[in-house]
Amino acid sequence: MAEIVKMPKLGFDMAEGVLVRWVIAENESVEKGDVLAEIETDKATVEVEAAVGGTVLKHIVAEGTPVPIGEPIAVIGEAGEEVDLQELGASQPAEPEQEASEDRPAERDAEPGQDQAEREPSETEDASIESEYPDGVKATPVARRIAEDNDLALKEIEGSGPGGRIVKADVENALERGVPAEKGAPAPRPAAAIPAGERRQTERVPVSKLRNIIGSRMSRSKQELPHFYVTVDLDAGPLMDLRKQINQALSDDEKISVNDFLVKASAVALREFPNLNASLEGDEIVRHGQINVGIAVAVDEGLLTVVARDADLKPLRTLSGEIRAMVERTRSGKVRPDDVEGSTFTVSNLGMFEVDHFIAIINPPEAAILAIGSVREEPAYLNGELVPVRRLKVTLSADHRVTDGAEAARWLQVFRENIENPVLLLI
Amino acid sequence: MAKITMREAISQALWEEMERDESVFIMGEEVGIWGGTYAVTRGFYDHFGEKRVRDTPIAEMVIVGAANGAAMAGLRPVAELMTINFAFVAMDQIVNQAAKLRSMFGGQFTLPLVIRTVGGGGRQLAATHSQTPDAVFAHFPGLKVVAPGTPHDAKGLLKSAIRSDDPIMFIENATLYQVRGEVPEEDYLEPIGVSKVQRAGDDVTIITYSKMLQYSLDAAEELAKDGIEAEIVDLRTLRPLDMKPVIDSFKRTNRAVIVEEGWRSYGVGAEVAARLYEEAFDYIDAPIRRVAQKEVPLPYNQALEQEALPQREDIIEAVKGIV
Repeated sequence: MAEIVKMPKLGFDMAEGVLVRWVIAENESVEKGDVLAEIETDKATVEVEAAVGGTVLKHIVAEGTPVPIGEPIAVIGEAGEEVDLQELGASQPAEPEQEASEDRPAERDAEPGQDQAEREPSETEDASIESEYPDGVKATPVARRIAEDNDLALKEIEGSGPGGRIVKADVENALERGVPAEKGAPAPRPAAAIPAGERRQTERVPVSKLRNIIGSRMSRSKQELPHFYVTVDLDAGPLMDLRKQINQALSDDEKISVNDFLVKASAVALREFPNLNASLEGDEIVRHGQINVGIAVAVDEGLLTVVARDADLKPLRTLSGEIRAMVERTRSGKVRPDDVEGSTFTVSNLGMFEVDHFIAIINPPEAAILAIGSVREEPAYLNGELVPVRRLKVTLSADHRVTDGAEAARWLQVFRENIENPVLLLI
Repeated sequence: MAKITMREAISQALWEEMERDESVFIMGEEVGIWGGTYAVTRGFYDHFGEKRVRDTPIAEMVIVGAANGAAMAGLRPVAELMTINFAFVAMDQIVNQAAKLRSMFGGQFTLPLVIRTVGGGGRQLAATHSQTPDAVFAHFPGLKVVAPGTPHDAKGLLKSAIRSDDPIMFIENATLYQVRGEVPEEDYLEPIGVSKVQRAGDDVTIITYSKMLQYSLDAAEELAKDGIEAEIVDLRTLRPLDMKPVIDSFKRTNRAVIVEEGWRSYGVGAEVAARLYEEAFDYIDAPIRRVAQKEVPLPYNQALEQEALPQREDIIEAVKGIV
């Protein structure tokens, strides 16, 4: 009994292959496992082996023909056997008639393009099924839901189900292992329900103790301190790259945040500008010997400032660990007095909220505060080419009684150097 | 608790309800002097008398029609159709009258009617006497369709059915009469329209009822040997269909096989699968499978008949295909 050889599927996203060369000619015998033909996919040239032994009775397609996967390419059987393509299930609507009336195999082989065109209507369907799966991935609904909930890229997950289908277990395993997150914007938040015609009730909420303290300190600062502001836009690329490299060597609970770098960079820059690490006391400016960088931490009812002491002296890893511990204590309501007292300069970072940039109010009795926006991915026109770059905007607010714009700008130059050459922060 | 047969459980339910309520009476072919084709009403005629255990002509339209009238007039008839295959003769009385009277008369009447009947194949009774057309009756709003799979449920559900004011098709399975199970001594009811988990498991949900419950329980034991723990949800009532235990289970297992004795097309499995797709789509982790009777009039030849009916091996194969 003759058997049809079909265009094999040689890759996950292969829809068709080009038969580039017949290795075994018609009427030649072939052993099971022999190379029958060479096929070119969009990735490589691959050899197709005969799945059965016998004689190659017929090449259904000529060399150079693109053939959708699963389409017949040849017939193998016993020498001299009659070949009825229709009976073998090779779907060629027009061909059997042609065969009956003309019976000139050689000539037919010379017109593969025509066969191809005639088969197209039914074949495109089969060949394109792969790409018609939602998101181009074959996965079960529950697998999709779990992946979506956890922001997992299904394309990165190998399916163990029938036909490579991604099933729940695959996604759960991937979650345990950790798989790259789906690229692009996070799923949109569902719109808040606004019941028709239902106005919100007016509420009167007592001002909490913390709110009260923040209020009076900030009022005093904004009323008494003559603020001025200087903004710079930095190249965050080197810092992001270095951070990624460093974090590859660190466990999850030791990863260094962007903010840790910024704290360190501020402290290092402050060493050169003691006038910004200062307090005005009466008719004296106190330039502090210690560089203690305060970090604004949002809590339920307001914000607190935890203090990274001697931030200029400590290695980044130590600094990061101390800040993490203080932030955790603050958020869990177990903050210690030492955690929040004695800062000489403050860093306020809203980068996690996708803000371009903002300006902060100085935290008295300090002389300056640095407001940090988000790292933005942007196109830049460099050397005649558009390239993606990562930018970061920071704004320094400073007390004009203590310092001036030029000094603030120079401090920012040093800060920029530290950020754009972040290796300086490691030595 | 005593272990009794399904036959005894059903017989007890009838006996106890007739003792409890004088308006309950039985009518059907050979239910009286002969004691019932399946010996369910043996002894009833002598005890309750010919007025309450009435033999009828061989005319199903008359049996259900008269029962409809009696129910409208305030009695609580239990009409017996010897097999469900004969219910087709009484179709108009069942689906056009019984199912609709209460609605069409604007609630002036209730219809406290139980039609007890027997379905299922596997006993070489050939194509016209071996059908499982449960889904046909479950198609009609206004009719409740109950089909128990254990003696315990049979007794509790039949008693609930007799006390219900709605027309109920109570479908027994001829091959289940000898099945034994624990049945409480005291009076108890099982609610109509409530599915029940008959076996706990985490790997796959088997949804089934009646005879196929027993097959599924057997299959589950076999599957357990391979480490596959099937949860079995017994529908017990086809209309109204209680999907909650099914969906609760499916949300854990994410896989379902629906097993019914009737034909696959337009069947119980089709309904349950559609409801799973509608109500639990995001929990599906494998195609939902149906195990059902092959789509042929059931052959008389024993080997062919068994080949056409769903078997334990079919259930095992279906489960293994998706787990």
